[in-house]
Amino acid sequence: MGLLNLFSKPSPGVQVLPSGTLTVDRNNNVLATTVSSACSQELLQEIGDQVLSLFRQARKAQLSISELTIHFASLKITARELRGGAIIFLAPKHSFNALS
Amino acid sequence: MESRYKVLIVDDDPAVLELYRDLLSQLPSHPEIFTTTSGARALTMLKSESFRLLLCDLKMPKMDGLQVLSIVRRRFPELRTVVMTAVHNEEFRSRAYSLGVDLFWLKPDTQQNMEMFLQCIESLLGRDEEGGFRGVQSKSLMDLIQMECLSQSSTVLRVTRGSLSGRIWILSGELIDAETDGIRGETAFRRILEWKSGTFENLPSEANRERTITKPANALLLEAAQAMDEIAAPPEPQSSEDAEQADHRKTVMRLAALTRAGADFVVSLPNEPQSKAEGWGTEATQELGVWMRQAMEACSKLAHDLQIGSIAHLEGRSLDHRIVLLAEDKKVYLVGWPAESKVTQLSEQSKQLVASWDS
Repeated sequence: MGLLNLFSKPSPGVQVLPSGTLTVDRNNNVLATTVSSACSQELLQEIGDQVLSLFRQARKAQLSISELTIHFASLKITARELRGGAIIFLAPKHSFNALS
Repeated sequence: MESRYKVLIVDDDPAVLELYRDLLSQLPSHPEIFTTTSGARALTMLKSESFRLLLCDLKMPKMDGLQVLSIVRRRFPELRTVVMTAVHNEEFRSRAYSLGVDLFWLKPDTQQNMEMFLQCIESLLGRDEEGGFRGVQSKSLMDLIQMECLSQSSTVLRVTRGSLSGRIWILSGELIDAETDGIRGETAFRRILEWKSGTFENLPSEANRERTITKPANALLLEAAQAMDEIAAPPEPQSSEDAEQADHRKTVMRLAALTRAGADFVVSLPNEPQSKAEGWGTEATQELGVWMRQAMEACSKLAHDLQIGSIAHLEGRSLDHRIVLLAEDKKVYLVGWPAESKVTQLSEQSKQLVASWDS
């Protein structure tokens, strides 16, 4: 059987967009998540970090936002402030909901 | 450092792309050449960088050149466009020109043709930005209306600038109605004439259209031209008092636009690193400017790390406001709306307000 493997081509990797919910506390510790484990812990903390800093910096600018939604070309990130931390929703955009 | 124009070439044949890259990089203006084999990728590149010129093939798989050009015309009205094709077809040619392309060129097959082609491209790259409406060799909208009226035409002119759209009804050479953004008549006509550039198309005439404009077209055009001259070339400020008055006039115009749209405030921030924010309707302009820059940096980092494409817009909610952050070509805008505004329309309304802001 090993002989057949000689002829198999390596399949190109497809990057899966993170999807699910993520809760972080004020220190950016991930408290709970439904995002697939294929998405690394570092990446989740990076998302948490950027979102928390957006809320904090907005307060300094006299703009106390409690909820924000960032629309990227292929992912929508919605975040609600939660006792200094945040609950973050990650929703990939597909062709059928690209306009949402 | 001297800035070089950026040129984007779209063609599904990589060999053609290489050839044009070599040829165009030798032009006297030494443009930076970018290439891609797909229309969809070209649109993404146009969004992320500021290009001077787009050269587009017509026959491409998935998204053909005409589709690319029609999207480009709506989203990037300032971009100069050239169609290159090997297909000699009059229908394609007229459709391309109706989409407002600057040049339709059969792929050069002789040395002489190639030299002429390169001269045209160099000329397009160097032409000064004067605004103008695509469709009739960059004429101003006033010229177009005057031409239609003088030739006693009956038509409906549909004028588009980014997400703004308006229509002007002309019947037997007389201006009878105009409409944009929910308003009609002379006010709508003046508003449309304020747009410095965009695209237009002729629609079939509507003989039964109700008449709301009774003033002669020439009188209206003259009034509009005088108003635009005053805006375009305000008298040189003789003293600090004059400069203050000019500033005051600008502020009043901006605030009037805000009130018309129903927004609370707008802050604009040029993309250059050390630039200062300008704000209308808020006293926290510089603080908001700092946040806008931080927000754009955070979003760029997320986009890069997650590979999720560029940011379209950001929406936020506070006790007092709903906010929309929009990244345009040269500036970032933050638009604040009353907290009770309908969320579903805010990004679109913000885009419309921003489109009229510098027009």
